[in-house]
Amino acid sequence: MNKNLLYKSVLIIGTLIVFLYGIFGIPKSFSGQGLLSAMTERIHLGLDLRGGTHLILQVQVNDAVKVDSDNAAEVLKEQLNKRKIAFSEVSKPDPDNNPDHIAIKGVPASSRGDLMSIVNERLPEYEITSGANDSWNLAMKPQALADLKNRAVTQAIETIRNRIDALGVSEPTIQEHGLGQYQILVQLPGVDDPARVKDIMQSTAMLEIKQSLGGPYPSEQAALQDKGGILPPDAILLPGSNMARAGDEGQAWYLVSRVSAVSGKDLRDAQPSRDQNGQPSVSFTLTGEGGQRFYNFTTAHVNDSLAVVLDNKVQEVANIKEPIRDRGEISGGRMSEQASKDLSMILRSGALPAGVKYLEERTVGPSLGADSIHAGVRAAVIGMLAVLVFMLVYYRGAGVNADVALILNLIILLGFMGYFGAVLTLPGIAGVILTVGMGVDSNVLIFERIREELRNGKTPPSAVDQGFSHAWITIVDTHVTTIVSAAILFIFGTGPVRGFATTLTFGLLANLFTAVFVSRVIFDYLLSRKQRGEALSI
Amino acid sequence: MEFFRNPNIDFLGKKWYFLAFSLVFSVAGVLSMLFWHGIPWGVDFRGGTLVTVKFSHTPDENAIRAAMDRVGLHNFKIQHYGPAANNEELIDLDVRETSEQALDRGKTEIINALQTNAPAGKHDLNNASSLTIKNYLMEKDPLHVGADDQKYTALAQAIVNFRDKAQGGVLTAFDQLKGPVDPTVVASLQDGFFLSDFGVRDVAIVGPQVGGQLRKQAGLATLYSLAGMLVYLGFRFEWIYGLAAVVTVFHDTLITVGAFSLTNTEISLTVIAAILTLIGYSNNDTIVVFDRIRENIKLMRREKLSEIVNRSINQTLSRTILTAGLTFLTVLALYLFGGEVLHGFSLALVIGILIGTYSSIAIAAPILVAYQDWRIEKGKRPMAMPAKAK
Repeated sequence: MNKNLLYKSVLIIGTLIVFLYGIFGIPKSFSGQGLLSAMTERIHLGLDLRGGTHLILQVQVNDAVKVDSDNAAEVLKEQLNKRKIAFSEVSKPDPDNNPDHIAIKGVPASSRGDLMSIVNERLPEYEITSGANDSWNLAMKPQALADLKNRAVTQAIETIRNRIDALGVSEPTIQEHGLGQYQILVQLPGVDDPARVKDIMQSTAMLEIKQSLGGPYPSEQAALQDKGGILPPDAILLPGSNMARAGDEGQAWYLVSRVSAVSGKDLRDAQPSRDQNGQPSVSFTLTGEGGQRFYNFTTAHVNDSLAVVLDNKVQEVANIKEPIRDRGEISGGRMSEQASKDLSMILRSGALPAGVKYLEERTVGPSLGADSIHAGVRAAVIGMLAVLVFMLVYYRGAGVNADVALILNLIILLGFMGYFGAVLTLPGIAGVILTVGMGVDSNVLIFERIREELRNGKTPPSAVDQGFSHAWITIVDTHVTTIVSAAILFIFGTGPVRGFATTLTFGLLANLFTAVFVSRVIFDYLLSRKQRGEALSI
Repeated sequence: MEFFRNPNIDFLGKKWYFLAFSLVFSVAGVLSMLFWHGIPWGVDFRGGTLVTVKFSHTPDENAIRAAMDRVGLHNFKIQHYGPAANNEELIDLDVRETSEQALDRGKTEIINALQTNAPAGKHDLNNASSLTIKNYLMEKDPLHVGADDQKYTALAQAIVNFRDKAQGGVLTAFDQLKGPVDPTVVASLQDGFFLSDFGVRDVAIVGPQVGGQLRKQAGLATLYSLAGMLVYLGFRFEWIYGLAAVVTVFHDTLITVGAFSLTNTEISLTVIAAILTLIGYSNNDTIVVFDRIRENIKLMRREKLSEIVNRSINQTLSRTILTAGLTFLTVLALYLFGGEVLHGFSLALVIGILIGTYSSIAIAAPILVAYQDWRIEKGKRPMAMPAKAK
């Protein structure tokens, strides 16, 4: 064996070891079972094979825009009042379709400059245009709007991840889904009953503490009547939660201040606890700054009532007996132990910046997954064996060569997947099978060409040389085009389809190495041991 | 062994037969898509609720229909799923609302409908989640260890695993549990649970919004991969080669989708993946022939193009048939042994590989020759042949 050939052989054996390590790592035992468990530790099975729940959520990004523009409208009113600029109305003309639009009416032309400077200084994310009859329109700048929406998705992902981690689901996938659709993909392996997880993920958990100004009222009309038909400008009417008070019948309504004293952002911690009646409740502590604000608020309102509002529903109303600094409790007569645990966990994880809606749900039972693995692996083994046997029969000596290349191809492919932490899905197994089928194409292409060159009277070494160099061009062209379509699959596909594209790409890359380089080395080795003019088994 | 030794078949002479064959199949497919079955989109693309249920006995579809009717579910399809011995049925509910409640309702309603003789106050062990079982055990504490969360979580998980993995998803008697689970626990379970004759194996609930978005994505993915090919081949050969390859691949896709429409087999997300693979595969075949044509044009400068093309197809015929045969072999293994979930996927590949191999000979090469003939008729220079051949 000459030196060059020796180096190449060492390279091949080295590659083999590296990728075998990629598949198995260092297994604890070399029994079949030990190898299998070592393998599944490195190559993760997709949801479709191990069972679990797959959800797609739509983030209602307009919620976040609405909150932002509500604040902007408040700032605007406050500033207009402060600078004594006359105006008749600040409103949102189309809150459903254009939640960022704010209309201002009745600002005289003489105040134009002042209005402009308010917007520029206090609301730099908004653009102002003038309309007819002293009216003005405010809309968010497109870039700011897009940023706000994307931020809402990122925050939602973060919050959902915190909540799922707290639930103890292992290896969850939580990521943005689709291109610019504001959707989130959540995959929860091993979760076969998603109902509770879904509730927990979906809870916006927007906690606010407000001043209670009246109630409970049996209906909205009753509240209006009590206040003489018109609500005070800085108050809003909110429904009570269904577990607000034991003994209340039907829906109760409360009149509370529009502004919150503290909100969920001011929470430092929340823990399940028991209230003075021994019922499950949630106690929370506030951050330093939030505590200071709460202290100021409770000092100013001793003997008034405060309302704990969760997701725009009044959870409870309590009398302020003395100033409170940093502690609070949410209790309601009918909170179960599980509910108090879940609520405190949700509060700890932070509020969702916008509501979420479920678009898609899939649950794969673990038994189905097990059957799929079984069928997929069986098909792969049968297909592979059929190809290996055929190559041996058809190409004899060179068939060994092709079979070695194919097996090495498979090892490299699985090793790649082990190293990159790729996920093996059912279509992924199909991708492995297809790789075997297509991988053999490179071998066939080369062998047929060598046979042709031999028929044209070339000597074996020159036929091998010509065969490889002619086939190489074709192999590059075919591989590149297939990798292009696999890349497109990867970009546009989701879950299982991505798994397929990954497997196919790794398989093709491995194939370039095995079918061309390894196979060539084996030929060179065989030729180096033959006498001049001796025939080649192909 | 050798199947083909110097074949010499006049493929181009048969181009009218090829054209007729391709036309018949494409037109039949298109007609079916337009007037008969339409494009049979799977639940991934059209939205809806799909529930796979495994029964402990041979399922009676009429009884299921009647039960579903009783709870007010009318708009649904039931079909047998997989081999008869598996006792599995696929229930396809046409629920298309997107509200969360509606998404969940379909599954719950199906379970309610099928539980025809549920004892009052008992849970169904075959459709209980590990959480339900754990909560029940925590309450009853049959092992007298106190409300040991960890212990009962593990126990509930073990029961669910035994049901799903060892028993294939459905238990038929509580006695089956006595091996892996403590008999006192089994006795306690018997008080609070009953065994229905089915278990839900698989649920897919897809809102229509996602479906529409996916259809668009699938269309775009196909278009982009065709465009990618056109550009790459234009760069490596001449633009006419790229065009011929894309027309060929389009022909393959049309016939494959047409076959799905004719047989009314649902097109799922994985079928789209298979179609994109076959685009790559068919293109492979075409490129091998084109590469040979490019090589032969340099060697045989005096010959007519049709002669060169014919020779090139014949020279590569052995490889074409072998590769197609071997790939077909693996795909056939997938089709026969790959199980129900991969059925559509492997069907697309089985059809695609046959058509893809045929089309690189019968469609791609004749387009090149037809273009050449058209140029000569127009009085232009015979052929701008691959200038960039390397």
